[in-house]
Amino acid sequence: MSTVLTVEDFSVDYAVEHPVHAVKNVSFELARGEILGLAGESGCGKTTLAYGINRLLKSPAVITGGRVVFHDAEGADILLPELDDKALRAFRWDKLSMVFQGAMNALNPVTTIQAQLEDVFKTHRPYWKKADRVERAGKLLETVGVDRSRLKSYPHELSGGMRQRVMIAMALALGPQMMIMDEPTTALDVVVQREILREIKRLRDELGFAVIFITHDLPLLLEISDRIAVMRAGEIVEIGESTELYTNPQHEYTKKLLGSFPSLTGDRGAFIRSGVDETAGGDATRASSGHEQATSVATSTGGAA
Amino acid sequence: MRYVAQKVGFYAVALFAALTLNFFIPRLLPGDPVDILLAKMQQKGPVSEATVTSLRLLLGSDSDEPLFSQYVQYLGNLARGDLGISVSYFPAGVSTIIGQAIPWTIALIGIATILSFVFGVGLGTLAGWKRGSVLDNFIPVTTMFQAVPYFWLALILLYVFGSILRVFPLSGGYNVYEATPGLNWTFVQSAVLYGTLPALTIIISSVGGWLLGMRNMMVSTLSEDYIVTAEAKGLSPMRIRQSYAARNAVLPQFAGFAISLGFVVSGSIVTEQVFSYPGIGNALFTATQNNDYALMQGIFLVITLAVLGTNFIVDLMYGFIDPRTRAKR
Amino acid sequence: MSTIDLGQLADPNSPTGDSGAGAGRKGLTRVFPHVTPKLWVGAGMIAAIALFGLVFPFVVQNPQAISDVGLSAPSGDHLLGTTQTGQDVFAQLAYATRGSLLIGVLVGVVAMALAIVFGVIGTYVGGFVDEAFSLFSNVVLVIPGLPLAIIVSSYVPQKGLVVIAFVIVITSWAASARVLRAITLSLRSRDYVAASRVSGEKTWRIVAVEILPNVLPVLASQFLFAVIFAILAEAGLSFLGLGVSGQFTWGSMLYFAQNGLALRLGAWWWFVPPGLMIALLGCALSLMNFAIDEIINPKLRDQTRAGVSRADRKRLARAEAAAGTTEGATA
Repeated sequence: MSTVLTVEDFSVDYAVEHPVHAVKNVSFELARGEILGLAGESGCGKTTLAYGINRLLKSPAVITGGRVVFHDAEGADILLPELDDKALRAFRWDKLSMVFQGAMNALNPVTTIQAQLEDVFKTHRPYWKKADRVERAGKLLETVGVDRSRLKSYPHELSGGMRQRVMIAMALALGPQMMIMDEPTTALDVVVQREILREIKRLRDELGFAVIFITHDLPLLLEISDRIAVMRAGEIVEIGESTELYTNPQHEYTKKLLGSFPSLTGDRGAFIRSGVDETAGGDATRASSGHEQATSVATSTGGAA
Repeated sequence: MRYVAQKVGFYAVALFAALTLNFFIPRLLPGDPVDILLAKMQQKGPVSEATVTSLRLLLGSDSDEPLFSQYVQYLGNLARGDLGISVSYFPAGVSTIIGQAIPWTIALIGIATILSFVFGVGLGTLAGWKRGSVLDNFIPVTTMFQAVPYFWLALILLYVFGSILRVFPLSGGYNVYEATPGLNWTFVQSAVLYGTLPALTIIISSVGGWLLGMRNMMVSTLSEDYIVTAEAKGLSPMRIRQSYAARNAVLPQFAGFAISLGFVVSGSIVTEQVFSYPGIGNALFTATQNNDYALMQGIFLVITLAVLGTNFIVDLMYGFIDPRTRAKR
Repeated sequence: MSTIDLGQLADPNSPTGDSGAGAGRKGLTRVFPHVTPKLWVGAGMIAAIALFGLVFPFVVQNPQAISDVGLSAPSGDHLLGTTQTGQDVFAQLAYATRGSLLIGVLVGVVAMALAIVFGVIGTYVGGFVDEAFSLFSNVVLVIPGLPLAIIVSSYVPQKGLVVIAFVIVITSWAASARVLRAITLSLRSRDYVAASRVSGEKTWRIVAVEILPNVLPVLASQFLFAVIFAILAEAGLSFLGLGVSGQFTWGSMLYFAQNGLALRLGAWWWFVPPGLMIALLGCALSLMNFAIDEIINPKLRDQTRAGVSRADRKRLARAEAAAGTTEGATA
């Protein structure tokens, strides 16, 4: 099958005093090897959705409905909500792994990188010998551009970018078919961010895993994803191919989101990003592409871009 | 390495403070202890000049020598192991008495404290891991035990197990009639039997503290991000509990262990008195009853050294188990 | 770097805002949203004990009056029996409660004052003062308390209540100072404190207005610890014959009971009550400490059984059941 994950009608509630519908009837498909971006502002439910898929939610969050089906490359279809504990543990990381934001807290502060990579192997590949585990761990680090000697380091001894690379390496350990990345670059500065993104893309091209990339940073997704889903208040309001979404947004919210990011070109204070000028009243002149708009503005002010 | 240097520096200062304190207390407080002591001693037998001098150095009196040179001589005496002569066990030297009593105390406290720590932390791990379980309801009970004075608990245990049930002996460190001290089985057996009640007292009183502390830390730790990562990795619950949660939660307990040692030593003094256990605490008690200042000072010094030493070792170990301390900014 | 709030609501690990256990209840729980019954039980017990100590000495018999019914069991005349010399145990207990509580509170207050000076003020001022105070606290902490108290106590012939309290204070303030120091360190670097400093507020004002109120819950908890520690220490000293002379305390009662061979002779009524009172007070203080702990540390709240209210549990059960049926339908 060319789809690796099917999510149908998935809903999650927070069962508190006034129940919060964090995820409302979300449906989408993830194709094998695809990078699907999941964008939205804070509190829209993207992290809840991600955790929900992998059944990592803790009370008071409750999955109130829907299907999550993982289409294993080895043939079987796995219904995620119905796995028992043991099967779920075997499934996790082997077929679906995750990269979390803020790797400082996501890595165990008192054990070495090597130990943390090794325990994945000890759990999922118990028949491997120590030497093999260490070898594979070293190889993983090198894959993401971290020197093998870092195996013996502790998380606090690494820089932010390095830690994130380690997390990615760890996620790749068992050769999963898909990864969920939750704001993996948000805590990093832009230069490092770019490197990490390139790394992810390169690895995807090489190894062929699918990615759900969650972030609030929509322009970032425009760079890296194949398709983008925009989420708002628990629902997916628009989903489509990246370039298409950027040039021809359908939903009002998508347009708003796109228009909210300041552009590097154009007039100051206008917050113009794409072809949509939010500050101009009514349906003022709309250029067919943002590039034209920016150029025309630059010309009118007499300066070269 | 900076960490080790810091610790060495600190304990050196603490040691210096303890020695100085020991030097000044008898000199600052009212009364002239030396005269009292000498009077008592002379009742028991002849007192040599050397003894008088060393006593004066230890406890101070109206001598013409400047304070500072007295201090230096005092330190010198200490270095040679001369802690004076005891009044209650005249003419035995203080060092001898302490030397005989210390192994008992170390054995008792050492074993009891370690057992408390292990039990408390172990139970605390379980209590924190399975929230809302049966163990949670035990906590108020064990904490109540913490507030019970050691000796009260000791006496009750003694009453119940010694007098009524006659399971354990009423006093002493070992059966003086049947066993002789040494590395023989009879002696060890006897020592263990006699030491059980005192040890039990200490353990019951202190388990609660470790349990509660560990449980609270486990609860805090379980909401950390790396626990979620561990779960997402599909690791077994046992592994998560031990290598991820407990391993992190135990750190503050370790730090607290050193401090608690001081308190356990204090509590054991009274416990030993209750059980007439031949340890340091009992000796201290006898000393206070007889105004045996030299022995008291000596014991205080030794206790302080022991506590400082143990603290130092635990601190070093902490630096070993928590890698973050090694990289102090 | 300004961090955009990354989906706080969507973070499954944090309970949504304040809509946890307490907000559903009416009345008091709205003012003290996270207070559990533990606080009231503990406070109630303490109030009862305090009342006993304050009021009863006026209504009981003379605790020092000897009679010839030595070591008699509890009866109509003597609610808790008599001592070896025929003194009324119940009366002694009432006076002893007052004595012990006095010491406890006295030590608690002075120890807290010292802890604030060395822990909070010293830490806030920073620099050399901070280093010196911290070193001092740590050294005092590491020197064993009771042996020191024993030694000092044995040199002083006249042991009034204040003297004993003083001796105990010396050995008990350091632990709290350390805890307060840790809290102050973290508060010192908070933004609102920096803001006050920049706007030129005087140091003492910042400490009093910005820092101390936030330190209060921990201070309260430490105060309770100090009280029970003081009472236990006093009991220990008394038991060794080094305690307060001339006044009744729980410790002195135990001393006399032990010397009168109370337990060996089976006179449990003399020996058990004082120790039991200490235990009860300790239990009450612990309960209050638990409750304060749960207020300070939100993570502890929802975890214990008491933290999750019945209503919430029902709600959760309903939601899970609903999820179960839906999944079954689509499977």
